[in-house]
Amino acid sequence: MAEELPGTNVAAGAAAGDAYPAAGQALLRIEGVAKSFGTFRAVDGVSLDIRAGEFFALLGPSGCGKTTLLRMLAGFEAPDEGRILLGGKDIAQALPHERPINMMFQNYALFPHLSVRDNIAFGLKRAGMARAEISARVAEMVALVKLEGLEKRKPDQLSGGQRQRVALARALARRPQLLLLDEPLAALDKKLRENTQGELMELQRRLGMTFIIVTHDQEEAMTMASRIGVMKSGKLAQVAPPRELYEAPRSRWIAEFVGDINLFDAESRLRDGHRLVVGTRDAGPLVVAEPREPVGEARFSVAIRPEKVKLSRRGPVSEAGHEAAINRLDGVVADICYLGGTTTYKIKLDTGGMLQASVVNSARIDVDAYSLSQHVVAWFTPDDCVVLPS
Amino acid sequence: MRKVSGLSRFNIASLALGLAFLYLPILILVLYSFNASRLVTVWGGWSLHWYRELFNDRAMIEAAWMSLRVAVASATIATLLGTLAAVALSRGERFRGRTLFSGMLYAPLVMPEVITGLSLLLLFVALNAERGFWTVTIAHTTLTMCFVAVVVQSRLGSLDRSLEEAAMDLGCNPVRAFIAVTLPLIAPAIVAGWMLAFTLSLDDLVIASFTTGPGSATLPIRIYSEVRLGVKPEINAICTLVIALIAVVIVIASLASKLSSSQGESAAPL
Repeated sequence: MAEELPGTNVAAGAAAGDAYPAAGQALLRIEGVAKSFGTFRAVDGVSLDIRAGEFFALLGPSGCGKTTLLRMLAGFEAPDEGRILLGGKDIAQALPHERPINMMFQNYALFPHLSVRDNIAFGLKRAGMARAEISARVAEMVALVKLEGLEKRKPDQLSGGQRQRVALARALARRPQLLLLDEPLAALDKKLRENTQGELMELQRRLGMTFIIVTHDQEEAMTMASRIGVMKSGKLAQVAPPRELYEAPRSRWIAEFVGDINLFDAESRLRDGHRLVVGTRDAGPLVVAEPREPVGEARFSVAIRPEKVKLSRRGPVSEAGHEAAINRLDGVVADICYLGGTTTYKIKLDTGGMLQASVVNSARIDVDAYSLSQHVVAWFTPDDCVVLPS
Repeated sequence: MRKVSGLSRFNIASLALGLAFLYLPILILVLYSFNASRLVTVWGGWSLHWYRELFNDRAMIEAAWMSLRVAVASATIATLLGTLAAVALSRGERFRGRTLFSGMLYAPLVMPEVITGLSLLLLFVALNAERGFWTVTIAHTTLTMCFVAVVVQSRLGSLDRSLEEAAMDLGCNPVRAFIAVTLPLIAPAIVAGWMLAFTLSLDDLVIASFTTGPGSATLPIRIYSEVRLGVKPEINAICTLVIALIAVVIVIASLASKLSSSQGESAAPL
């Protein structure tokens, strides 16, 4: 296939005749899918649309069902309930080899008795491709993942990063409509992981393929994915782009799972124009922006990310008219956690609660750094607060 | 003995004693098989006389041939059955009675041979089966297939399930995935299992003597009955040959299982 050079949309060439949805349209539709193991409901009624060409991340703690959901997409588990539609066709009960979906395994699952070349060619041979065509495709894949010169090696003669590339090349070789990646970077060290994240994103963009990645690493999900589905106890807790997930989490649990956050339980509230004045036990009265979705009578919390909290010795610089609206909390530094780029201070508030503040170390010689037991003023604006149902 | 660094005198002495305890009798047997004297305990110089004698002993050669045929046949059947059992046990997670089956599979490992032999004899008598080559082969298959199953199952257990899943993901149906990926990876264990079954069958006396019939004695039976009439140096010769054969098979088996545990080694020609 001379016209299929690396960089062309290989997915579109997957199978002639198969209608491949245009970018942005739903490629995969998961409808009310559930799966139980014994009495344990691993996946509990998940519905989700994956759009063609997107990089979707399933994020969740271990045991939340994200891997089970992925395995149902690959065909290694059959859902007890629900439908999985790929391009309009229900594939929920189809066997793995009958699906135009390929998976990259967490431990790579490279065949130890086969060379790099034969590993990549494995799926092509099964597809009944001609010999010359296989050679061409393997060469293309090897170039794509930059493994030139290693074709004859066995997996145990490769480094971790190289194995990861072989696994990727093998999964991509059949030009699946959908690529599933199960914790693809978990086995790599931090530096290599960061580089590989970038490469995977680049590759996905270039091929225009649809990727679904499963990860427990929220930073990884935030970095790579265009949308993230957070799973908890077999259910999808929230599906949103990374920024929305971080800045507008739908629940207290998501807010705590994704990044660090300060949470204060609200005890009372008063409406003040577009704002709410919320009484909290640990931080006193706080002024917050009124949430888009009105909070019912139920209990709720006020959440504020540590990096949104500013610290100073004397309090916020007055901005005409805004002074009254700014939350100002007095306290002393109780703990200092120096992280290089930032420093996280734990402030013991005079009202009794604890508040985390993350400060960027913008100067090398920081004469303004706070010391333990120092009295500080922490402040933040109403818009930086998020109101969450408890 | 050359001084081995890291071993104290005491260690060397106990090692030597232990090895002597194990191998001195065998060494004496091998040595006396080259004895020129007719008397077993008197050294009369080197000779290959008893080997020549042995090859003229039709009954002995026939017994050896019988043993070899039984060993090859029973090892082959046992390997087939044992491998299937191992695959069922380690791959078919959901079938009922799996625990019971695996327990029952290992029972012959610890069952006294006399009991195995006797029960098989009763079975063959009840079935009115003519005792001979096939009854011994079946009996040896019963004995050795559990050893094969243990060897193959341990290899399968250490094999990553996701390898098969990867094969299915790449277009294999379950059977193809097994043939294309699992089988090549457990092949060394299967070979080792066959060798183990072969040697076990070759040197079994108890079960064979229960299940064989007149005119079809295996080599151990033949040797045992000859020895009861007094040890002829010829016996030493045949025993030496058996030891040599078993040693070769054991070395190959251990090499194969070593290969199996370090699967994927660069040099491994598969």
